[in-house]
Amino acid sequence: MTPLASYLLVAALVFAIGLAGALVRRNAILVLIGIELMLNAANLNFIAFWRYGPHPEALTGMMFAIFSIAVAAAEAAVGLGLVIAIYRHAQTTDLDKMNRMKG
Amino acid sequence: MSPVFYLVSAMTVAGALAAVLLKPLVHCALAVTVAFAGLAFLFLSLDAQFAGFAQILVYIGAVAILIVFAILLTKGSELPRDGVFSRSWLAGVVISAAVFAALGWAILRSAWTLPHEAAVPVVTVHDIGVALVDRYVLPLEIVALLLTAATIGAVIVAMHEKEGAK
Repeated sequence: MTPLASYLLVAALVFAIGLAGALVRRNAILVLIGIELMLNAANLNFIAFWRYGPHPEALTGMMFAIFSIAVAAAEAAVGLGLVIAIYRHAQTTDLDKMNRMKG
Repeated sequence: MSPVFYLVSAMTVAGALAAVLLKPLVHCALAVTVAFAGLAFLFLSLDAQFAGFAQILVYIGAVAILIVFAILLTKGSELPRDGVFSRSWLAGVVISAAVFAALGWAILRSAWTLPHEAAVPVVTVHDIGVALVDRYVLPLEIVALLLTAATIGAVIVAMHEKEGAK
């Protein structure tokens, strides 16, 4: 197995674990953690393709990963702010209990 | 592949699994920090020093702390009585296993046209800085705007009080 393939397999595994976390857990914060894991797995793919791609000096994969890290940080801030706002409204972060569109 | 790769990959996957499976939320936050650190080491092992250290700064320094704050502010450290897994957990496990199977099948069945051992790219932080203000200056500005808007938005959303609450 080539080094690129092994990095891609690790990224796929982390992505699947993050997806499972986002799908099976009740707590909204855990869902956000799962989404962060999925974004990180995508970043690992970008960096691996940048490293083993034909033109690493063009920095495309590296730049995409850096911008993706910045966007993921913004997403985490907004997501956790939303979780805190919902908790203040409904006194729970349990997603199975949030089944009403109207507060 | 070097033993370092297997060690760091095992640490990353174990951290991610623990973050998804552990019951107390604070333990999940600590486990996901381990996974972020493992991913940063994987970036460093791919000769992407800047991305690796940005990962450590942003994820371990900021996002993990933010998650811990959110857990403590929402009383998430108390264990829920009716379990931590959702009612439809089996469907979630099946979907993610199917996604991993599809991705793994695609990776293992692909014919690689890329060279097996590429030369180590010589990219300094200086090169990245020059590229950021030269070719990628517009995305950089947009990300700056996005971060400002997201920070203000997060504060406004989390600060919102019901009328008559105070």
